[in-house]
Amino acid sequence: MALTPPERVWWKRLGRQERLWLGVSLVFIVALFSTMPLWHLLARQNTPHLAYRVSPERFSQLTNDFIARYQVGEEAGIPIVRPPEGDVYLLAMQFQWMPILELTKGKTYRLHVSSVDVNHGFSLQPVNMNFQIVPGYDYVLILTPSEAGEYTIVCNEYCGLAHHQMTGKILVKE
Amino acid sequence: MTSEALSLGRARDFVSRVCPVTGLRIHAAAERLVLTNAVTAVVFLLIGGVMALLVALTRWPTVGLLSSSPELFYRFLTAHGMNMLIYWIIFFEVAGLYFGSAIVLNARLVQPRLAWFAYGWMLGGATITNIMIFMGQGDVMFSSYVPLRAHPLFYLGTILFAVGALIAVGLFFANVIVAKAEGRYTNSVPLVTFGFITAAVIATFTLLGGVITFVPAFFWSLGLTSLDPEVYRLNFWSLGHASQQINLAAMVSIWYLLAFMTTGAKPLNERLSRFAFVLYILFINLGSVHHLLVDPGISIAFKLFNTSYAMYLAVLGSMIHAFSIPAGVEIAQRAKGYTRGVFEWLRKAPWREPGFSSLALSMVLFGFLGGTTGVALGHEQINMIWHNTLAVPGHFHATVVAGTTLAFMGLTYYLIPLIARRELVGKRLAALQPYVYAIGLLLLIAGMMAAGWLGVPRRVADITYSGAPVVATFPITAYIALAVFGMGALISVVGGAMYIGIAVASLLMGKKIPASQEPPVVTAVPTSPAPAEHKMPGTLVLVFSFLAFFILVMVVNMLQLAQVWPIR
Repeated sequence: MALTPPERVWWKRLGRQERLWLGVSLVFIVALFSTMPLWHLLARQNTPHLAYRVSPERFSQLTNDFIARYQVGEEAGIPIVRPPEGDVYLLAMQFQWMPILELTKGKTYRLHVSSVDVNHGFSLQPVNMNFQIVPGYDYVLILTPSEAGEYTIVCNEYCGLAHHQMTGKILVKE
Repeated sequence: MTSEALSLGRARDFVSRVCPVTGLRIHAAAERLVLTNAVTAVVFLLIGGVMALLVALTRWPTVGLLSSSPELFYRFLTAHGMNMLIYWIIFFEVAGLYFGSAIVLNARLVQPRLAWFAYGWMLGGATITNIMIFMGQGDVMFSSYVPLRAHPLFYLGTILFAVGALIAVGLFFANVIVAKAEGRYTNSVPLVTFGFITAAVIATFTLLGGVITFVPAFFWSLGLTSLDPEVYRLNFWSLGHASQQINLAAMVSIWYLLAFMTTGAKPLNERLSRFAFVLYILFINLGSVHHLLVDPGISIAFKLFNTSYAMYLAVLGSMIHAFSIPAGVEIAQRAKGYTRGVFEWLRKAPWREPGFSSLALSMVLFGFLGGTTGVALGHEQINMIWHNTLAVPGHFHATVVAGTTLAFMGLTYYLIPLIARRELVGKRLAALQPYVYAIGLLLLIAGMMAAGWLGVPRRVADITYSGAPVVATFPITAYIALAVFGMGALISVVGGAMYIGIAVASLLMGKKIPASQEPPVVTAVPTSPAPAEHKMPGTLVLVFSFLAFFILVMVVNMLQLAQVWPIR
């Protein structure tokens, strides 16, 4: 009984059904584990792991230089930039994503994202890809937009009392 | 031998009574402490429950209760998280630790004064932090990620609480050791106590994690030191996630206890069940890294090892319990003569007994909804389509609420007659309560998961983004999912209120049970020693259906992941 001490000799041999379930479970967990390294080898959606330390001032400077170089327009006071393939910058701050990016389908970008104040959550909708954005860290998302359209970035890490107003945009052209 | 000699010399007598049902010797001071900690837990459950209602009615867009005063939403969400995840659960677990050591072992609780001192620290800490939250000095959420700043007392309250809880855990270990030295039990400890020892070991490093997280945060909030936000996140989750692993170990112990009390089930194989608990001690806390899978600055190797709890060995522990407990119930039921077909034993189980229905519903909801989704969202790559969406709270409401809280509720219906010695008031309501709560939670969890799957974020006051610079819209299906969630929340709040009502009414007005009379609810039937090879076809069908569902969840998630933009 669960409430009483076990009998003196409780190191009993496992029954047949227990051995069966234990064996099946062991095979299952090994298979489950191998899906992760295999996904790295065989699939194209893997967790980004490249990051640099960066000060908020330095990252703001990099983003401003980037906007000045490639700006093509403005929407609701937010600059729209159309960069070539390569390094792209996106700055998160209470309560805005800066700038609006215009990317081309099928090209690969190194999207640098960082925050100048608190933690933010980069949540690209409706594709539903989500990353944690931490101040002091330049997180490099090497991504390839696979479909044209208009995508929104919502903040999905609580960042202050106007958290539910923090949105941004990525446009993907053919 | 040595311990017996010791026990003769040192064993101290204590004021106690003998439980007429279990034959256990119950230390009066231990009884009072178990009761006080459990009642305090229920008070925090009440606060957290009121917050739950306000938060849920805000996130149900058609109602949108607080969407025009979002600061209140964020304040109440912070209070909901702290009161439910920390205060309700840990106060109840302290009650469980004293029960599992002093009472189950026939022993005394060493140093009752120190136990009251620990209680005072925990209550003081919880009160200070709650005051800060409700004064608007801590709108930082349960996780309080630095550099979001709360009042220094917010962090200090948490430190006080953690220190008090650490003392209680220390007392638990002292009880187990002293009970052995005084010869209160021989051989090994019972499985329930073994499970609580597991919970206490996990609690020790969890609470130490709390100290290393909140002491630096306290000094940082005073402006004395700097604190790296990513280091804070790493440290925080050694408390935030690990504290949920204390729940897991405590809940599984209570599952074994409820299975015994309601059907007379014995652990199928003590060796295997204990081995599964040891797997928890060794590996489960690696799961804290699940929160950091899409964080900058963390290597692939670190993520892979930790996210798989060392190749899913902790998951193996849960798979063992998922088999052992129903198998124990099946064998006990078959021994009573319910042997027809595959499932007569299950059909004829005491479904009107709240302890049994709580056990069954807690296991099913925890396993199918909580366990499988936990492994899916903790998968290194799949995490990208889950992180910080509403599906994450969907997962942990399945584990902590439908699993742990429901199991704790089931146990309460036995603690009231056994420890408080009062008859339950409203037994028919009590028989219904686990079903109401579970149905509400099923809808709530399904709604959260579906909305999160469609990208709806967690911790947000309003998903219409009205007034935002760029319009963000979610599909109509997300709004339907949130309506299902909202209705589920209402039903589960009713179920929670039923529980609190029954517990409070029974404690205040329940008929006193005289020491000689048997408390009426317990239906424990001692089983005869079972043969070496048992028949358990029903359990095999159940566990293999579970495995099939588990595989399905993983496959569906992988197919969805393969649809998103290529990224590395």
